[in-house]
Amino acid sequence: MTSSASQPTDTNHPEGAQLKRERRLPAPDHLSKKTAHPLQAAIKDALIAAALAGMLGFFFFAIRTDIATGGLVITTRWMLWIVSVLLVFFGRLLIQVFILDPLARGLKITVAAAFVAALMAIFMLNASSGELFSSAVIGFLLGIAAVGILSLVVRFRDDKEAAANLAVPGLGKWVGRILFVFAVILPFFFMYMFPARDRQFIDLAILIMTYIMLGWGLNIVVGLAGLLDLGYVAFYAVGAYSFALLATHFEFIGFWVALPLAGLLAAFWGVILGFPVLRLRGDYLAIVTLAFGEIIRVVLLNWYEFTGGPDGLSGIPKPTLFGLEFKRGEGGFADYFGIEYDSIQRFIFLYYIIFVLAILTNVITMRLRKMPVGRAWEALREDEIACRSLGINTTNTKLTAFAIGAMFGGFAGSFFATRQGFISPESFTFLESAIILAIVVLGGLGSQIGVVIASVVMIGGIELLRNLDFLQAIFGENFEPTQYRMLIFGLAMVLIMVWKPRGLISSREPSAVFKEKKTIGADMVGQGEGH
Amino acid sequence: MEYLIQQLINGLTLGSIYGLIAIGYTMVYGIIGMINFAHGDVFMVGSFIALAVFLLLTTVLGMTFLPIVLLLVLIISMIFTSSWGWIVERLAYRPLRGSFRLAPLITAIGMSIVLQNFVQVTQGARVKPLPPQISGGVTLMEGNTEAGTIVVQLSYMQMIIIGLTFVLMVAFSLLISKTPLGRAQRSCEQDQKMASLLGVNVDRTISLTFVMGAALASVAGIMFLLLYGVVDFYIGFLAGVKAFTAAVLGGIGSLPGAMLGGLLIGLIETLWSGYFTVEYKDVAAFSILAIVLIFMPSGLLGKPEVEKV
Repeated sequence: MTSSASQPTDTNHPEGAQLKRERRLPAPDHLSKKTAHPLQAAIKDALIAAALAGMLGFFFFAIRTDIATGGLVITTRWMLWIVSVLLVFFGRLLIQVFILDPLARGLKITVAAAFVAALMAIFMLNASSGELFSSAVIGFLLGIAAVGILSLVVRFRDDKEAAANLAVPGLGKWVGRILFVFAVILPFFFMYMFPARDRQFIDLAILIMTYIMLGWGLNIVVGLAGLLDLGYVAFYAVGAYSFALLATHFEFIGFWVALPLAGLLAAFWGVILGFPVLRLRGDYLAIVTLAFGEIIRVVLLNWYEFTGGPDGLSGIPKPTLFGLEFKRGEGGFADYFGIEYDSIQRFIFLYYIIFVLAILTNVITMRLRKMPVGRAWEALREDEIACRSLGINTTNTKLTAFAIGAMFGGFAGSFFATRQGFISPESFTFLESAIILAIVVLGGLGSQIGVVIASVVMIGGIELLRNLDFLQAIFGENFEPTQYRMLIFGLAMVLIMVWKPRGLISSREPSAVFKEKKTIGADMVGQGEGH
Repeated sequence: MEYLIQQLINGLTLGSIYGLIAIGYTMVYGIIGMINFAHGDVFMVGSFIALAVFLLLTTVLGMTFLPIVLLLVLIISMIFTSSWGWIVERLAYRPLRGSFRLAPLITAIGMSIVLQNFVQVTQGARVKPLPPQISGGVTLMEGNTEAGTIVVQLSYMQMIIIGLTFVLMVAFSLLISKTPLGRAQRSCEQDQKMASLLGVNVDRTISLTFVMGAALASVAGIMFLLLYGVVDFYIGFLAGVKAFTAAVLGGIGSLPGAMLGGLLIGLIETLWSGYFTVEYKDVAAFSILAIVLIFMPSGLLGKPEVEKV
């Protein structure tokens, strides 16, 4: 075995250094195959990837079944198929050359240039004759961007210290404060910065804030108590339907009366659904909660007399500010304060409601973490058996986690109902649960700021696709960016998870402190494994 | 009586489909201890591939002899669907091997979303109908009730489904119990580290497990397509959850258990729709899942899990 790495002489090198050193050693001679040129190996690998992509994509890109008169017909899209294969080939080659193989600088530049040229050619092939130049430019820019991102990723990967320098101690707290201040002034910021599209942006902010609140609520169950819940949307639905039903059946119940009731009912359901699953852990718990979520949705869908079935419930009242409605004319909010009516006022009001609700969720969670029940949640997450032997009542601990998490879900649900004015079982599918869980896990389980970042990235990023009209100019008139929303969402879920399995925020603040406060790595925290 | 027998036949047919999907769940859970959430969507991909191959063979190549066409559809779509199963494992699960348990579950959900939307984007969101290809059947018995004559019929399609499932199950059990691959799989199931020390290529074995699961799911996809005559991009979710229920009911990790569970779930669902309400048949399946997991976590034929401290 030949070794190129210098042997460390000092014995007190950090733990794991030996492993690192071993990893750096070249493979033993008898194991490594005949040494091919790295470029040759990269091309071979890329060819395999392209062949695989061609095989996988054949029945989806090249062939499409369409409904026509007289049955199904096949339409072929060879161009799309060839383009996808080429993209995979060049993309894989580029990644291989940049990340996996120690190629010479000149070769890297050559391959990168070939990638950019190929991308340009692909775009030009797709474009009509009038747009040749502009599509070439777009291909060039996209190629350069891809190469740039890749080389940045490689640089950070190779240079762990540079990446570590990015993490300033106490950064999380400051980011939190800045985000909080920004969130307080957000509606007015949008009104002055983007007067033409303020309503759209505030609406997006409301949506993101709803997901932040749901994420924080689920974080109690999954992040703190370590109970993997895939049916969280059930409580969201219970909250929404409680408010809608109360408001439609009783005249005098408005949003503010129904809100605590919806939260209570959701907490009640949290206990009811939590009780049977007390003995379950990990994956099994996830599946049973999924089943409960689906049962509730199917019941909502089919109990026509009570819930309106697939038609849902409409005419849900809007929230009022101390009895003032946000409407035009006499007795409305604008009239009372003597300002001009603008429909944006209602959006701003809604934004502040969900903002206050979300902050309330956060504050209560942070306080609970310091209280015995919160400590018990975290102890339960780390080790259930140790918990029981130390005299913690695991039944009550789990049920409180379910109930409180469900309560916040119920609050968010009734806010959702009042914002939409219309609810149907369509809004409470499993996908919604998956999105909320994805936000919590991608942000970093148990990390409050992580939920915020993940919501902004995932929900905001997805909604941004609606605004990318310029993509139509690139990919042609038939290109609808919105239909790729969930595809990109799913891909982002997989990629972020593979890249950072412990979530975007990789450190946690311990809730119990001995002498001095330190942050701990996310991998030191138990994560809903229920062991 | 006649009605019951007819429902039992229908239930067995449906149960065969669930059982074939359930084998994929149970094998993967047995070997790496994770719920392959995307497996239901691999089944959906399989039925889309089968539809495309079928149309390609009949309309473009103009083949008319149905048995040959179906055989080709079976082989081609098994091969192509297995490559999907392989790529899902390679992209979403292998990088996370040895990570904490929640990570592959999240990527599995992500993969499920990706597959559904990929198919929706490339093949369109509309339901694709395929007219029944195999019609006719054998009348087993006739009975007279006040509502009229009830005929118990075993259609050729149902015979093919039940027969093919039986053949595949036998072949598959032999594969697991007699071949080197099956031995490698069983050894990985018991102790991956020890297996790799003894020269079993663990990564390759796990990949092949996914490939086999996907191949069986694609057979289920073909059967679903031929039996119901409709596919859309969303069929994978419900079928997947029910097949998982079947795997759990039979005892997860046990192959005969998966088949038994599949048949039971199929029977329960059909009988429920036949005698109670069709709308709540999914509730019945989901309730069984919850009840079995809560009161009988090791299922009918599974080994009880030992709690390790």
